[in-house]
Amino acid sequence: MNPVKRAYRGLEAWFNLSFGPEWNPLYNLGTLAFFFFWVVLVSGLYLFIFFDTSIAGAYASVEYMTHEQWYLGGVMRSLHRYASDAAVITILLHMLREFALDRYRGFRWFSWFTGVPTLWFVITLGITGYWLVWDELGLYVALLSSRLMDALPIVSGSMTRDFLEGQLTDRFFTLMGFLHLLGQPVLLVFAIWIHVKRLSHVRISAPRGLAIGSLAALLVLSFALPAESHAPANLARVAPVLKLDWFYLNVYPLLDHWTAGKTWTLTLGVTFLLMLMPWLPPKKTGPAAEVHLEACNGCGQCADDCPFDAISVRPRTDGARWSHEVVVQPNLCASCGICVGSCPSSNPFRQRGKPLVTGIDMPNYSADDMRTRTEQALKRARQGAPRIIAFGCDNAYDASRLEPRGCAAVNVFCAGMLPATLVEYALKKGADGVFITGCRTGDCFFRYGNVWLDKRFEGNRKPRLRAGADRKRIRIYRGAETDGARIDAAFDDFRVYLGTLGTDHADDGTRAVEATHEGA
Amino acid sequence: MKVPEVRRLLLQGFNYALFMAVVWYFSLYPAHRRLADDEAVITLAFGHTSQRVEECRTLSQEQLNELAPNMRTAVDCPRERSPVRLELTLDDEVATRMDLVAPGLYKDQGVDVYRDITAAVGEHRLSVWLNDDVNVDGPTYRFERAIELQPAQRLVVTFDATRGGFYLK
Repeated sequence: MNPVKRAYRGLEAWFNLSFGPEWNPLYNLGTLAFFFFWVVLVSGLYLFIFFDTSIAGAYASVEYMTHEQWYLGGVMRSLHRYASDAAVITILLHMLREFALDRYRGFRWFSWFTGVPTLWFVITLGITGYWLVWDELGLYVALLSSRLMDALPIVSGSMTRDFLEGQLTDRFFTLMGFLHLLGQPVLLVFAIWIHVKRLSHVRISAPRGLAIGSLAALLVLSFALPAESHAPANLARVAPVLKLDWFYLNVYPLLDHWTAGKTWTLTLGVTFLLMLMPWLPPKKTGPAAEVHLEACNGCGQCADDCPFDAISVRPRTDGARWSHEVVVQPNLCASCGICVGSCPSSNPFRQRGKPLVTGIDMPNYSADDMRTRTEQALKRARQGAPRIIAFGCDNAYDASRLEPRGCAAVNVFCAGMLPATLVEYALKKGADGVFITGCRTGDCFFRYGNVWLDKRFEGNRKPRLRAGADRKRIRIYRGAETDGARIDAAFDDFRVYLGTLGTDHADDGTRAVEATHEGA
Repeated sequence: MKVPEVRRLLLQGFNYALFMAVVWYFSLYPAHRRLADDEAVITLAFGHTSQRVEECRTLSQEQLNELAPNMRTAVDCPRERSPVRLELTLDDEVATRMDLVAPGLYKDQGVDVYRDITAAVGEHRLSVWLNDDVNVDGPTYRFERAIELQPAQRLVVTFDATRGGFYLK
């Protein structure tokens, strides 16, 4: 495993230890960034009430909030700044995560490609924010931003000189205020909408506990170390030392040594290089799911479960008695197979003795293949006692590594691909237990495979695990490639536990409330 | 809501504290030093449209008649402007030298100049010359002045042909 991925998995495990999978910040980086933006928005609206959008009044109004009204205005200002910085950290971590876990190529290219320029919207929003304070830092930002703008061939005249010649007017300042308060945020929201366009079930709310903890931390920081201004802007003076916000203003020191053109070349070059990363080198996505209309009744469960919005429901085209059918958009399909697990017709008890045809299937690993491999695994498992079938997914711990410990393994593309009826089938066909592993809880490679599996097994989502399946003999323990020792231990524990249950179980009808155990 | 154990709460507190420490530190530090305590900045900043490369010429009636009716202007001015050359010296040492081609497809636009020059505080002899006419050898504008720079001062050297050339702000 590459060291970046191993290190990232280690960091995840550390946060799992302290936050648990539900609140793990590394599983909620996108929603955390949203949360920080909410804090920025609310605090920004408050600041706007007292902010004076004029050259003469801007600094004084910020100073008033910071010092005279420190208990509210000052705290709001600090929240505004620190939440903005925290948002940049979460966005950068979000990028690091997608890179480290190889979730930026293949079918994910669009989210990565559109996400990189979104960072520009965030950074420029922060830059205009610093400008508005109109202190020495604001003047520095204004002058250097103007130099950058002057270097663009589309800008005529010189913005920089306008500052030096005292031509900056309140109208221009009001324009900057408008940009920061409305124009840029609207553009940012639009960019985020594009960024998540190819996803379904997009989460934008951070888990409540994580949101409360983050807000409390921001408040403590805001009271303990409130944000302050530099000296007021003075065109006749150059501040020898500036306390820069490196999250937003990291490019500006380059302009002390480089020309604006060279700085543009570097920043745009890095941006384009990042945007092209999904093709450096490209990652091949498997063949798209196929619809078999003869077995599809148009229920739409697969369309509802698809994490990448690749399946839609439309009126029936084959004249069958059902009103609707589903259709796959191949260019959006991630080949995760979750739709196969969603389809009620992926039921291995059907069409025994002949190939199983399901409503929606993977051409390179069909529901029939899964049934066949499970039957083969059952034959191998009969040599041991207890007889255990281990189902694993291709993007987490390889279930075949459990075989030496006493099981027969079947890997699928994603845990969500596993039809609940296949687990029941394995038990009915002679398995003493079924052990299911897959990506860490909260971290499914295909976003929702884990979640749908849990809901199906808990009876909260169709197709549900039927009452006939003995839940005491099913254990789910999840983990990444790096969690081998823990998964091995959990498997050994399950094997011992099955020994206490005995092997005569086919018709005992036992029901257990506790069906799953969570891994790391 | 899931209630974390005490140990988890302590670890969470540690993680939040670490996160906020990173947020706070990099929102201010490391401080960026632009100037030493005994330095100031001379900013050379102006916009100027240089002289035409070729003089305007008055067309004869015969020449006008050869043109389309909408093109018949009595004075024909070739658009191309001269390059602008300038040099700023401080105590007889060249601080910056520029050779600027007039921008625009037809080289007919004015040049914009912006350059920050860091200098030690104290007394200096400032000298700037500029040539904006390709048909003239040597400076077309010259400016010399004794200056005294204060710590962190920004002295702007600018130019306006209508005011006679360079001046200080």
